[in-house]
Amino acid sequence: MSEKHNSEKLRNIIKDSISNQKRKTVTVLSSLLAVQDSLHYIPDEAIEEISKHCKVTINDVWSVASFYTNFRFTPPGDKTLDVCWGPSCHINGAQKLINQAHDELDIKGEGESEDKKVTLRYSTCLGACAQSPVFAIDHKMFGKLDETKVTKIINTLKN
Amino acid sequence: MTEQYKKLEELANKYLDDLYKNKTVIKVQTGTSGQAVGADEIFSLLSSKKSDNINVIEVGSMGLMYLEPLVVVVLPTNDQIFYANVDEKLTEKIFEHYSTTNEILKENSFAYESSRNLDESIPKLNELPQFSKQLRIATRNFGEVTPGDILQYISTGGYSALNKALFEMTPEDVVEEVKNSGLRGRGGAAFPTGVKWSFLAPNKAPVKYVLCNCEEGDPGAYNDKGILETDPHTLVEGLILNGYATNSNKSYVFIRQGHDIPINAIERAISEAYDKGLLGENILGSNFSFDMEVSLTGDSYVAGEETALMEAIEGKRSPPRFKPPFPAASGLWKKPTNINNVKTISYVPQIIKNGSEWFKSTGTEKSSGTAIVCLSGHISRPGMYEIPMGMTIEEVLEEVGGGSNSNKPIKMLQTGGPLGGVLGKEAFATKIDFDEMAQSGAILGSGGIIVCNDSVSVVDLIRNLVAFNQFESCGKCFPCRLGNTHMYDVLQRLADSKSNSKDLELLDRIGKSMKIGSLCGHGQLGYNPISSSLKYFESEIIDSINNKVEPLEKMLTPTRTRPNSAE
Ligand SMILES: Cc1cc2nc3c(=O)[nH]c(=O)nc-3n(C[C@H](O)[C@H](O)[C@H](O)COP(=O)(O)O)c2cc1C
Ligand code: SF4
Ligand code: FES
Repeated sequence: MSEKHNSEKLRNIIKDSISNQKRKTVTVLSSLLAVQDSLHYIPDEAIEEISKHCKVTINDVWSVASFYTNFRFTPPGDKTLDVCWGPSCHINGAQKLINQAHDELDIKGEGESEDKKVTLRYSTCLGACAQSPVFAIDHKMFGKLDETKVTKIINTLKN
Repeated sequence: MTEQYKKLEELANKYLDDLYKNKTVIKVQTGTSGQAVGADEIFSLLSSKKSDNINVIEVGSMGLMYLEPLVVVVLPTNDQIFYANVDEKLTEKIFEHYSTTNEILKENSFAYESSRNLDESIPKLNELPQFSKQLRIATRNFGEVTPGDILQYISTGGYSALNKALFEMTPEDVVEEVKNSGLRGRGGAAFPTGVKWSFLAPNKAPVKYVLCNCEEGDPGAYNDKGILETDPHTLVEGLILNGYATNSNKSYVFIRQGHDIPINAIERAISEAYDKGLLGENILGSNFSFDMEVSLTGDSYVAGEETALMEAIEGKRSPPRFKPPFPAASGLWKKPTNINNVKTISYVPQIIKNGSEWFKSTGTEKSSGTAIVCLSGHISRPGMYEIPMGMTIEEVLEEVGGGSNSNKPIKMLQTGGPLGGVLGKEAFATKIDFDEMAQSGAILGSGGIIVCNDSVSVVDLIRNLVAFNQFESCGKCFPCRLGNTHMYDVLQRLADSKSNSKDLELLDRIGKSMKIGSLCGHGQLGYNPISSSLKYFESEIIDSINNKVEPLEKMLTPTRTRPNSAE
């Protein structure tokens, strides 16, 4: 999703995602989730369209979008690497592996690699604690990680 | 038995016949934990192969997650062979082997199940303590059925409780039965479920909601998503019963976006239930109509609080509401509403089917039934286990969990999520029971038990928990918002060996203000990790306060203002 959409095309995708939601109950939050599902971020145009569609103010939409920590407002990298810092992963050595991921991807904290191929995000728990430490790439989990496995995963991300 | 239900049963039996009769069925356990170690690839590999006498199906995890990828072979004789840590090579071998013979392939088989004695060198499943110590009520179908496949669920007796309730019981009877069973909420507060239902039931409002909470933000707990992704129909049936008992029209299953495996499974289950006339208008030909929908939320731990969850379903940001009004009077869209946790609801079909006395015969006097615990960390057998209430923590750790996974002894546990507590060895004789656990300083909460050996510093563990609580505070009340930040700063000082002697007093003061000055449990319980740790590890913490401990490594945590937030 790193290519720049021209504004009209972008608006059409947004309108489409908002009006064709899979679930019956349509709200500001469900519309934001639908847009992020198709674009992987929330552009300003989406805030406007959702405000029109749900008949609320732009501020109302922003207040929801800024509350939930999964929403982002700039395009992410091609792939997203979630690293878990939850307690099960933490005591099984996650911090060392997160440091390793930072080094190998040259990303500090959370954010994008310089070539925009990868976004790194911290996760509070990926729900596979029995296999900790756990990372995920675009929601696909990788468990029982060690240094070798992390290098392998990161190599697949780089290519 | 109604005609309609009988027809469904016949359909299910025929379907099962086609699947199993004269066939070898290979079941791959592809839940979230299985996929994290490659079970989905094993399933794809097996599905790509062709043999006339073999069917390959996906099932959820049976809970023995440390053995995954886990594959079960069901022979035409109904004997089952269980395989652990299956890799590609073994997958090939299993398929080749069973396409030509029904003899047992022993490699990596850790157990079998049969009415006969099959093989001396492999134990029966029921001889393994991690299985025999369990009593599986809500999780009885784990590892057995394809998640969301309604005919497989019906073939295990599924929806017979609903059939019974609709045609042999009044809504009041159902509420009474649940009340009588002593079932208490599994979402944290342990409130009696039948009593909660009896608040909503008599309300004559035309629109009423029942909500099911699968937010499950507690790190270390995965049993709610576990039920959704393994046996979602148990939840669907329980929720319909909840709706019938309280005369409600509609339910929402509330879950965080991004957890695709459980989300897809519950949506499949709901849609198949509609197809078969078990949801929608006039369920099974009765007068009762009921709708169900999944509601996704963004990432917010506090959205799991019951009133916050209603804000989120309404599509708003989700700080908790003031109470009263209580949900039973004014909840979702100001309509009377009931809310329960996934596990709570998943017990209901079995309670209705077998009766409250049957349910009460398991567990302790004040905590009836079972607990579904999630073991992780430094334990030999990480996984999900349903054990009778009243079993001691020691038994769970040693017999079910197999003890420490190294030669380092177990030092402490973190239970009940980041608002729960930390327990030391002195507490291991405690019974798993809502009240006994609470007395020990921790809570059972949603059932997560994170096991730490003696390499883990207690300050490091609580720093992680408080970092979570700080990150997740919704910000509505300042004792919680600021208190957690302040506590984290103090813990960071301890970790850096830069503490000053007043820090213990300071933590206590912050904790107390959070307790009395916060609106919801997030702030009220936020001091728990520290207060419980002080109970068991006071001297270790005092050593840190006196800077007698080596500095800890820096901990990487996110900040609330994320780099890609609005500029
Ligand atoms: C901060 C916070 C987070 C919560 N998160 C959850 C959750 O993820 N799942 C849950 O079932 N209950 C959660 N609860 C408890 C709910 O408010 C509520 O008590 C519960 O869903 C009721 O269901 P039960 O009676 O079946 O336990 C949370 C409470 C608080 C204060
Ligand atoms: S206690 Fe914390 S999480 Fe709860 S409402 Fe107040 S600020 Fe929000
Ligand atoms: S704590 Fe890392 S997956 Fe749960």
